[in-house]
Amino acid sequence: MSRRSITNRRRWRRRLRGPAVVAAAGTVLAACKLPTFGAYTGNTVQGNATFHLWQGFFVASIFVGGITFALLIYAIIRFRRRGDAIPKQVHGNTPLEIFYTAVPILIVAVLFFFTVRVENKVDAVAKKPALRVDVTAFQWGWKFVYPSYHVTEITQGPTGYPTLVLPVGETSTFRLVSNDVVHGFDLPNFDFSRYALPGVVNYFDFTPQHDASFVGRCSHLCGLYHADMLFYVKVVSASQFMTWIHQQQGRASA
Amino acid sequence: MTTLHEPELLLGAEQPVEQGEHREPGGFYRWVTSVDHKVIGKNYMYTALVFFFIAGLMAELMRTQLFNPNGHVVSLQTYNALVTIHGSIMLYLFAGPIAFAGFANYLVPIMIGAPDMAFPRLNSLSYWFYLFGGTTMLFGFLTASGAAAFGWTGYTPLSTATYSPGPGADLWIASVAMVGFSGIFSAVNLVTTIFYLRAPGMTMFRMPLFVWSMLITGILILIAFPVLTAALVMLYADRHFGAHFFTVSGGGVPVMWQNLFWFFGHPEVYILALPFFGMISEVVPVFSRKPIFGYKGMVFATLAIAGLSTGVWAHHMFTTGTVLLPFFSALSLLIAVPTGIKVFTWIATMWGGQVKFNTSMLFAVGFIAAFVMGGITGVMLASPPIDFYTHDTYFVVAHFHQVLIGTTVFAMLAGFYYWYPKFTGRLLHEGIGKAHFWISFIGFWITYMPQYLLGLRGMPRWVGVYSPNFTFLNRVSTVGAYVLGIGMAMLIVNLYWSWRHPVPAGDNPWDGHTLEWATSSPPPAHNFHSLPPVRSTRPVWDMNHPEHSDAVPVVTGGDESAE
Repeated sequence: MSRRSITNRRRWRRRLRGPAVVAAAGTVLAACKLPTFGAYTGNTVQGNATFHLWQGFFVASIFVGGITFALLIYAIIRFRRRGDAIPKQVHGNTPLEIFYTAVPILIVAVLFFFTVRVENKVDAVAKKPALRVDVTAFQWGWKFVYPSYHVTEITQGPTGYPTLVLPVGETSTFRLVSNDVVHGFDLPNFDFSRYALPGVVNYFDFTPQHDASFVGRCSHLCGLYHADMLFYVKVVSASQFMTWIHQQQGRASA
Repeated sequence: MTTLHEPELLLGAEQPVEQGEHREPGGFYRWVTSVDHKVIGKNYMYTALVFFFIAGLMAELMRTQLFNPNGHVVSLQTYNALVTIHGSIMLYLFAGPIAFAGFANYLVPIMIGAPDMAFPRLNSLSYWFYLFGGTTMLFGFLTASGAAAFGWTGYTPLSTATYSPGPGADLWIASVAMVGFSGIFSAVNLVTTIFYLRAPGMTMFRMPLFVWSMLITGILILIAFPVLTAALVMLYADRHFGAHFFTVSGGGVPVMWQNLFWFFGHPEVYILALPFFGMISEVVPVFSRKPIFGYKGMVFATLAIAGLSTGVWAHHMFTTGTVLLPFFSALSLLIAVPTGIKVFTWIATMWGGQVKFNTSMLFAVGFIAAFVMGGITGVMLASPPIDFYTHDTYFVVAHFHQVLIGTTVFAMLAGFYYWYPKFTGRLLHEGIGKAHFWISFIGFWITYMPQYLLGLRGMPRWVGVYSPNFTFLNRVSTVGAYVLGIGMAMLIVNLYWSWRHPVPAGDNPWDGHTLEWATSSPPPAHNFHSLPPVRSTRPVWDMNHPEHSDAVPVVTGGDESAE
């Protein structure tokens, strides 16, 4: 009897490590020493928050998945059939059942807490952004309009991908619509995508952190040339951005 | 067979005159005319397996196209059609029907001790709706403009007449509507059967968990499918009768389709999964020689999944910017709790048991592994910011294939290898079965693990061509898909083997627990000549292992129906 209570206590202690590690993971995340786990670090203030949330979820997953797989593998090895004996007919164990219901609820609550925090950050739209960009998706291309500068970048032909140029460190607000069908405005390196929907206007902010160039895509099936609906993204310094704007304005008036 | 406490129960007055009265016709005529739930159940299973292999070949074709970044195996239009029809077949024609119309049809009446389904003719009608609906979808490939090419979700406005002209899309709509009706008929039949045709002593809390899963699935079907049918009618009206439900120019709302579709579509995911959870809850205890751990917990977990599943549809719409994120995120995360309970329950059932690893049990354990992996990535996707990042990328593709192949293929095969002796009276070959499992299981991980990484690196779904920097991982995935395909072909080999080299199975080859193992293999026309007394969830176990029985002692003279 006493031996069982000791193993029980040990088991409880082992199970309680779950929430403890999730909490610890939050602390470790602040230090940002974790690997990327395959994700982009998110080259915007918003995307970076998503990236850290991803790291947190991944650590929690390694932990929960690790325990589950360990239990499964242990059960497979330890309890293989080794004879004709009938094992003890256990129908359940109410404390254990309550335990493995309560712990997941706790873990999920912690994950939800961090989710909401990051979600509010990612979804926030600035009252006075430094830059406005109007994005229109269509079959099969993109139109980027900088309304305050009267500059337009648009897909021209099958390989004439447009370029979305953004100043580093400034907050730009995007206004996203679609002309025809549902498209997905997807910037993997910003850890972000948003649907371009006919009849719905979507707003969101990017605050790029570092100079970079990469490819953005349409993520939602939109017809024949969906795979080819690409655009370039360039994050440049504020002065380079203005130079580019003036070039574009010059080209437009020429 | 001997019964312990009471005289044999006769099922219906016609039982004694069965000889001669119930001569079933054979062959094709029997296939076409039978209203026997066992024949219809088998028709469903084999038809669904044919659809499974057709859609599987489409998947292999797509993976072949994706072996190179600019593949020319099929045209882009054909690729989009393949994506659409592959998904549609797997979800509407294979995964759902094989479970709630195939396995359920065959097993539920036997497991509750009933002679047939409540409405045998409706059952037959349901099968023909399904068969004709399914082939209607495939006929799309024979039309000049090709099959539907807007994804299995059919998002408007892409699926409206403007952007998808031609009969392919109409055939898709008609097909899904017909299969939907067939599903509704099956659900009505199942729910009625389970409520009204249980044998004496078979109280609700003595039903096998498979039957519980089917009951709850049936109720979910009745909630979800009518919404889909309504949406399809609206879409058809938009396409042909000048309605404007989903077009902006006429004052319609395209996003409404997504709401309607996913209000069906998310319960649908659990409609697909719950029956297979039920199968695993039958297979694991039998091969562990233990009762299921926490039976009532499992019932309530299943009910919780069903309840939550009707409130999570908008997690497919996080990136639309039109839904309340915290609400749908919280409910989606919460669904991990009852599914987690199920996983722990299965492990706890194995714990302390005598676990026999034959093919069926291998597939059951393979299912648990795949499902844990798919479930974990599902929890990630329930978090809107992470969903923004990975939405519509290969991360999602990997996630739902791991969940769906885990449940509808691995768990289905666990059930198939487990009940095949009951269906046919023959055993499947264990060696071929084990090869089937290991090759598929290894191929499965090689196929889908690279896809998670591809998604995180930004590869979108639904593309027939891609940037060259994704080439290596795509090739690994394609090779994995071939291995998986070879593994699945072993099923055909095994079926052929068992047909050519029949090994008689006997009534109860696995020392099974539930009523289907109390009758012959295959069962007679009305399933039972006599029933053992039902005194617990495991009547056949109680009969075969009286020293370890769970049966409630009978109080002489007590009223049995009061239990």
